[in-house]
Amino acid sequence: MSYATQKLAEEKVFKDPVHRYIHVRDQVIWDLINSREVQRLRRIKQLGTSYLVFHGAEHSRFNHSLGVYEIVRRISDDIFHGRPEWDESERLVVLCAALLHDLGHGPFSHSFEKVFALDHEEYTRKILLGDTEVNEILQKVSTDFPTKVAEVIAKTYSNKQVVSLISSQIDADRMDYLQRDAYYTGVSYGHFDMERILRVMRPLDDQVVIKSSGMHAVEDYIMSRYQMYWQVYFHPVARSAEVILRKILQRAKELSASGYKFEQPPTHFLSFFDQSFSLKEYLALDEGVLMTYFQLWMTERDPILADLCDRFVNRRLFQYVDFDPGKDYKKLGELAELFRSAGIDPEYYLIDDSTSDLPYDFYRPGEEEERLPIHLLMPNGDIKELSRLSQIVDAISGKRRTDYKLYFPAELLIDGKKTAIKQQILEMLREGGV
Amino acid sequence: MLQGHAKIVDFIAAAEGVTGRKKLQKMIYIMKKLDIPFQEKYEFHIYGPYSEELTARVEELCDMGFLSETLEDKGSYVQYKYSVTEEGQEFRKVLGESILDNPLTAGKLNAKSGRFLELTATLLYFDHLNHQDQIDKLHVVKGKLNFTAEEIDEAFAFIEELSS
Repeated sequence: MSYATQKLAEEKVFKDPVHRYIHVRDQVIWDLINSREVQRLRRIKQLGTSYLVFHGAEHSRFNHSLGVYEIVRRISDDIFHGRPEWDESERLVVLCAALLHDLGHGPFSHSFEKVFALDHEEYTRKILLGDTEVNEILQKVSTDFPTKVAEVIAKTYSNKQVVSLISSQIDADRMDYLQRDAYYTGVSYGHFDMERILRVMRPLDDQVVIKSSGMHAVEDYIMSRYQMYWQVYFHPVARSAEVILRKILQRAKELSASGYKFEQPPTHFLSFFDQSFSLKEYLALDEGVLMTYFQLWMTERDPILADLCDRFVNRRLFQYVDFDPGKDYKKLGELAELFRSAGIDPEYYLIDDSTSDLPYDFYRPGEEEERLPIHLLMPNGDIKELSRLSQIVDAISGKRRTDYKLYFPAELLIDGKKTAIKQQILEMLREGGV
Repeated sequence: MLQGHAKIVDFIAAAEGVTGRKKLQKMIYIMKKLDIPFQEKYEFHIYGPYSEELTARVEELCDMGFLSETLEDKGSYVQYKYSVTEEGQEFRKVLGESILDNPLTAGKLNAKSGRFLELTATLLYFDHLNHQDQIDKLHVVKGKLNFTAEEIDEAFAFIEELSS
């Protein structure tokens, strides 16, 4: 028996709050789960800073990766198994891609990527193809197997059905994280009838379609997605924490470049500041490392770094106001000037943030060939785009909704110093000036 | 602040309006590959490089009133047309200097078809591969579009022209 088809003597199961059990029979999958790079995902939270708003949201990318694997395993082994349109030989590559799709995420992934101009997909590829335990395991399947898995995750693989299962507008990734994030945040949104969706999924030509009889289950999924975005993913307080996190990393980078003598030198970050980091250094970072630095930097001499770290660690977050850039963008410069006059650096304490800065999206049917929409398979064999048949989906996917906020430290504006200027700032912020 | 938004407005102004979201997506991607510092993150989707951040940012610019969006129903899909409003022109002036070293590039891109830009963007996406591997990969991911050798040569020549 080859390594690719080797089974465990006994099936292993992981107890899971979303899928009840996650089943592993393949030796390859078991070995991958036990690799250093996959275990590292236990130390990276799935929802970044959302735990500062939803205290239960401490779940990791490891949980999510297992969940995506389990959904794809069920599709491959139960739903698609035996269907002539599905190529059974793709089973192992799609299972591995599902398990490994988030491998390249760094600590507090989104903020970290923004500050250091990184792309986690690129690091997923480097981990799959580089000198890693994951690569060693995949190589044992065949020499070209790591590249195949990397291509599926990068969405450039030749079999589009395989790509669609991992990454499309209704894929295993989204189906897991919506349910998992709803469970761990404790919100009542995010739940939908996944069993029904799985039962009506069909491989067809170069995509995965949904039988039209399952349209209402898909409507439910789209609504869950929409509500989770506004209630959880775009939550303004979690965004406040993200803003502070970004500014901590930016400040540390700037201080390092200026020759500032840290009491606790940013040893783990130095190669990131000058973009010279190796894969080994990338993999050495996790949220435990970052939080340790933030704890230690709370007593740094630099008042801005110390203050920002204290805010993040002790949840003294920035306040926010809604902001309409269309009307008020000119006043931002004026406001920044007033911050400077008040002795508060606007670069670190006056920050605008919009939903386009966040790594989540709504369902949009879009234009032809812009991005693959959700397609329904009609009883006569025709294919129809979802929003053309569903009034509910049409109603929410056609409407634009954006959210712009301005973040600032409210208590610094009422601390009794330079009160006249600060009063002017507060009036601008709170009385419609911006 | 808002510099990322201003860059998009600036580009659409230089192109004198853009018809088609897909076309806009590929144009900005090609500009990024020419080292023009657009901030939007791209991933490969079924139809080539695509940026959700760009889609969201264009929606915001429409909301702000800096871009106007008109829709044309093409039967099974709609097509979007974008142009810069008077307020958008003012916005780009206030926000500062253009990042476009050569604004004519926007016009050159806009003069090409969506199909050609998709071909060009996809070749650029695989520019870490050697010439023949780029072509082979193009046929793998875009097999259905049946790009001809002439089209591919033309796209490579266009990339060369833009880079020079």
